[in-house]
Amino acid sequence: MSGYNFAYLDEQTKRMIRRAILKAVAIPGHQVPFGGREMPLPYGWGTGGIQVTAAILGPSDVLKVIDQGADDTTNAVSIRRFFARTAGIETTTHTADASVIQTRHRIPETPLRADQIIVYQVPLPEPLAKLEQSRAETRQMHALAEYGLMHVKLYEDIARYGHISISYDYPVMVNGRYLMSPSPIPAFDTPKMHRMAALQLFGAGREKRIYAIPPHTDVKPLDFDDHPFRLTRAPQACGLCGARDSYLDEVVMDDRGGRLFVCSDTDYCAGRQSMRQDEDAAA
Amino acid sequence: MSEHLLSATGLHLSFGAIWALDGVDATLWPGEVLAVVGESGSGKTTLLHVLSGRSAPDAGLVAYRDTEGVAHNVHAMPAPQLRALHRSDWGFVHQNPRDALRMEVSAGGNVGERLMAQGARHYGVIRESAIDWLRQVEISPSRIDDMPHTFSGGMLQRLQIARTLATHPRLVFMDEPTGGLDVSVQARLLDLIRTLVARLGIAVVLVTHDIAVARLLADRILVMRHGRVVEGGLTDQVLDDPQHPYTQLLVSSVLQA
Amino acid sequence: MRPAHPEVLRTEALGKSFTLHMQGGVTIPVLRDLGLTLRAGECVVLSGPSGTGKSTLIRSLYGNYRADTGRIMIRHGGDWVDLAHADPRVVLAVRRDTLGYVSQFLRVVPRVSTLEIVAEALTSRGTPPDEAKLRARSMLLRLNLVPHLHDLPPATFSGGEQQRVNLARGFIPNHPILLLDEPTSSLDAVNRDAVVELVAEAKAAGTAILAIVHDMTTRDAIADRLFHLTPLREAA
Repeated sequence: MSGYNFAYLDEQTKRMIRRAILKAVAIPGHQVPFGGREMPLPYGWGTGGIQVTAAILGPSDVLKVIDQGADDTTNAVSIRRFFARTAGIETTTHTADASVIQTRHRIPETPLRADQIIVYQVPLPEPLAKLEQSRAETRQMHALAEYGLMHVKLYEDIARYGHISISYDYPVMVNGRYLMSPSPIPAFDTPKMHRMAALQLFGAGREKRIYAIPPHTDVKPLDFDDHPFRLTRAPQACGLCGARDSYLDEVVMDDRGGRLFVCSDTDYCAGRQSMRQDEDAAA
Repeated sequence: MSEHLLSATGLHLSFGAIWALDGVDATLWPGEVLAVVGESGSGKTTLLHVLSGRSAPDAGLVAYRDTEGVAHNVHAMPAPQLRALHRSDWGFVHQNPRDALRMEVSAGGNVGERLMAQGARHYGVIRESAIDWLRQVEISPSRIDDMPHTFSGGMLQRLQIARTLATHPRLVFMDEPTGGLDVSVQARLLDLIRTLVARLGIAVVLVTHDIAVARLLADRILVMRHGRVVEGGLTDQVLDDPQHPYTQLLVSSVLQA
Repeated sequence: MRPAHPEVLRTEALGKSFTLHMQGGVTIPVLRDLGLTLRAGECVVLSGPSGTGKSTLIRSLYGNYRADTGRIMIRHGGDWVDLAHADPRVVLAVRRDTLGYVSQFLRVVPRVSTLEIVAEALTSRGTPPDEAKLRARSMLLRLNLVPHLHDLPPATFSGGEQQRVNLARGFIPNHPILLLDEPTSSLDAVNRDAVVELVAEAKAAGTAILAIVHDMTTRDAIADRLFHLTPLREAA
């Protein structure tokens, strides 16, 4: 750990990022530019989330890192190890035990508490990017709250498919004012953001933007009065723990079409499995 | 209504040594169609841009009276207010419809966009409104989900008109709305514009180099040359009994088919 | 003086000349110090040789030409309006409600059907479209335009057919004052009679008519009096 400041970044950089975070928290859903640093991994691998986490970590924090809901994928493992080495802090896979959770593309099933912070890794912070090429124009649209174009996109979905087809990175209105990209979490996870007790921070490293949702803030998915936002989930139960309310991964088992649906949130699934074992043992 | 909808006084705008607008006054009443004609370099397009707030004049005032009767200085309006105006009470029909339409959005989405921008949140209602407007511009409702690149030039222009009229604007600026269209298509489109404008009571400022278009559509006409209005008045009077030498020249130059 | 037939149009010292800038600025006076009155229910026919300004007078009364001097007083909506000095909007209002004009030549939008052209004379004044179409059709039939022509644009019609479309459009709104410029010049005897009938009906309904008519039979059939125009000498 010699040669590195606590959590890799120097203190001035952390201050700069914290200032950006404060601004972001003060204006929920608004994208704040920040001076992103060179990190020891390329863009597209979570540099934004890592810089946010690095800026907020303290020696007594307990860090959980998940990638697509799993603690044990390559990326989750390496980021967790990175902070263990450069900050020396305790890490965990249990959602309930963590004080800071860095995530790529999922929100844990276990509801988060007021004493927790969740940090999202964001590839493209601009929700209007695919609809309006000009960044100057999208900034004007945010400044003037001119979001008709996003509704046009939803209209097009309904006209083409009969329903809104957005299955991840579902655009949301934060605090009734800013249109925000929640990062590529599945649409299924979007309702968890509404009035969440924990602080939600978002870091985009390549685009150099930070945004935030303070606790207990309204987060509403965009929809139409006659086509309201609907939760979509595979109808199966988890093949390992039997859960019917969690987001599922579909695992290919063999080359004969064998499929297994399992909870994407590995900690949630493991917790339910051990509870079942205890119940079985007690029975 | 005895009050102007739009009035411009003393407009000056120069590009270097050239005075694109050299002391221009103009007024527009509710429901009136005003044509601005002139040859290239006359300043007519510049006038349209200044009247619609898109270009700022070097001197002069453009005043707009809103639905409550309150007068606003168009060039002193904050940008958000002007943008909102352009999306609601005002419209702008471009010569090239591709400049105004979203080519990657369906016809229905194009027509509905201004409604959604104003807060319309019921898909069924938005769609019904789009269907109604497509019918009014004589596009078959069956094309509501088609992409604009499948439309002919005349249909694209009609789609632009539907998109512009969807929020019932009181004032529409038109820049050569039939320029670039085949002659056979122009005639029908001109008649469509004429009947829609009359039926909806829309005031129009229409820039055209084609005197026949002005004669057909406009109640009043302004003739511009070198940044100045040389003659103005009742359209048929200015065209049939032109007083100014330049107007006489212009009118006598029109080819008779 | 016939109190039952009030004045509806009166010119006071009306003067009009043309300055042709394309021809070196030569000025041609056509009307000078002209005083004409028109009463409800009467038909006045302008008479005089060609070139004395009959058409110019009619067009000036309609506001199509600009009067240089004098006033053109028109009874419009219970008031007197000086059309020579009125705002364009006022002129348009007078033309909509009070003053009709049948020109010598038909000028219309290409590719719009005859029926729509005539119906529009009513719909633009507030008549519901279905009723307008019905009345338009019956007016066209009165002028002996066969039904299959109603749905065609008049651009390819003969001169006589075009004139009848013009007449239909001019008579159908029932304006209190009607200006007719050679209404029968391209018509055969049958259709001239139809026009004579239309004029008689209009007069009976109180319409004031000012007309230029060259054929004597029609003139004698419709005119209550003649108004003579004398030629002015050209300016030096």
